Amino acid sequence: MNKELEIKTKEFAKSIRLAQINMFRTLGFGHIGGSLSVTDLIAVLYESIMRYDPNNPKWYNRDRLVVSKGHAGPALYSALALKGFFPLSWLDSLNKGGTNLPSHCDRNKTPGIDMTTGSLGQGASTALGMSMALKKTGQNVFLILGDGECNEGQVWEMALSAVQHKAGNLIGFVDCNHKQLDGKTEDILDMGDIAAKFNVFGWYTQTVNGHNVSQLYEAIRNAEQNACDRPSMIVMETVKGKGVALVEEIEFNHHITLSAEQASQAIEEINKQEN
Amino acid sequence: MYELKSDTIDIKNIFPQVIESLFMEDENVVYLDADLMNSFGTGGLPEKYPDRAIDMGIQEANMVGVAAGMSSEGKKPYVHSFGPFVSRRVYDQVFMSAAYAKNSVRIIGSDPGITAAYNGGTHMPFEDVALYRAIPGATIFDIVDAAQFEKVIRMVRDNEGVTYIRTPRKATRKVYEPAEIFNIGEAKVLKDGNDVTIIASGFMVAEALTAAGELDKTGISAAVIDPVTIKPIDASCIVKHAKKTGAIVTAENCNINGGLGDCVASVLAANYPIPMEKVGVQDEFGEVGTIDYLKERFKLTSGQILKQVNKVIGRKAGI
Ligand SMILES: Cc1ncc(C[n+]2csc(CCOP(=O)(O)OP(=O)(O)O)c2C)c(N)n1
Repeated sequence: MNKELEIKTKEFAKSIRLAQINMFRTLGFGHIGGSLSVTDLIAVLYESIMRYDPNNPKWYNRDRLVVSKGHAGPALYSALALKGFFPLSWLDSLNKGGTNLPSHCDRNKTPGIDMTTGSLGQGASTALGMSMALKKTGQNVFLILGDGECNEGQVWEMALSAVQHKAGNLIGFVDCNHKQLDGKTEDILDMGDIAAKFNVFGWYTQTVNGHNVSQLYEAIRNAEQNACDRPSMIVMETVKGKGVALVEEIEFNHHITLSAEQASQAIEEINKQEN
Repeated sequence: MYELKSDTIDIKNIFPQVIESLFMEDENVVYLDADLMNSFGTGGLPEKYPDRAIDMGIQEANMVGVAAGMSSEGKKPYVHSFGPFVSRRVYDQVFMSAAYAKNSVRIIGSDPGITAAYNGGTHMPFEDVALYRAIPGATIFDIVDAAQFEKVIRMVRDNEGVTYIRTPRKATRKVYEPAEIFNIGEAKVLKDGNDVTIIASGFMVAEALTAAGELDKTGISAAVIDPVTIKPIDASCIVKHAKKTGAIVTAENCNINGGLGDCVASVLAANYPIPMEKVGVQDEFGEVGTIDYLKERFKLTSGQILKQVNKVIGRKAGI
């Protein structure tokens, strides 16, 4: 990743974080931890990797993204609004009655959302289906899973069949923030070495720091070039609540409240971060 | 006559004490959850009871299968997740490993219907009652308030087959006092009446009582019934009030297809057909919003009950 792109992507990640905090401030609560932990990945995808057209969200040649941990919607909504898929003013409507931005991703409500998710595990299979349907035309399908979500058997059924069906255009990510709703994944249902598991299933597997935009970028480019007809899994080491100390510090930070004061503090902190 | 009061205790804060006391009473009681203990007040239990309060992680199908296996060895499992994830997500495990194999599992589905509020359509079960109704021998409760919740959780400890309890997690309007006794298949007549009978479950019971109060002022005498169990349904109570009032309105926080209304309609069709109207979700998917917004959006209000009462009374009069 060249320096210029790296700086631009980091700037974009910052803007996504700020937009999210504003959304959560307006609502007063939300799935803040798990939205912040995928923010750097979302920034990389929309700033430097994916092919898309905000004026034509259903453009056939676009790359697809399935956020299977659908509760991370706010991170994605921020990126989509900033890229012009819909007006920024929509962000204030998160979760309000009649909104186009529900707590979980909905392909029928939000321009730029490719798949409806919210029941964990299901996005894994729908992403595989999309990639199988698009294999001949060459679009990539990106898939974001949570590490807690990987508890679901459906994820592993998909892991088996993606190899069988040579889904080389499927590039998945696991957001390994080591937490799920009830606590640490290690304490609830220890997933062990997730990368090793996908690897023995036959996936092209890499592990990166999920908050390092250039590592993410290089891993995706590497997957595109070297996975050939194998599906790819990029396991991201992340921190739940990344970038906002007062969220990172909360033990159970899955779904939390955010006061106006905390939001101001968070915004100050994000603005101070260096690129 | 039962009077509506406000309740301040969240149902989720009652559950840990109730399940703990069941642990004390009966060494075979176990409780399994699927990464929603923190949402159901039980986050502290696994540390205290590592073999009896078990967080299975986010794998509802496995959890239900495990519960069925435990039941076959004499355990009395209670399992919990959000309503959709212990109904549609695990239907075959509930159907085959539990019901068909005659294993007994008590399934608590929280945040029924619009009470899923901010979690939105993916988390908003309008179909769970219909699904469970189609399982032979299943028992279904649609919880009204905290007092009923506590009694029901205790009384199903030895219940055979599949028991489904759909319950809010937050505080509700209060209808019952702690001394109330409930039985499976025995409806509660909360208010007697002569002109129309309103049969309501879950939070719609409070809406029904409100509507009945309004109707009294206009000279219409409405009976209000909580079926307590939607399955088995108290057919004799329904028929008795059908005969007495000649018109029925059902009210449920569910899809009108397959829910309480259909259940009551079957009873009437077979025994005493009279005009009947339903209040419920009109075959739509859920969406996000506050409970107040969603009540209006899906017409789950006392106002809607009044409308349907007027309609059904008109039909009874042949208008
Ligand atoms: C099938 C299903 N079961 C349960 C839930 C409730 N739920 C939402 S998020 C979550 C925890 C997710 O953990 P993880 O995948 O690690 O997400 P992250 O920590 O990255 O936010 C749970 C249990 C759900 N949405 N879907």
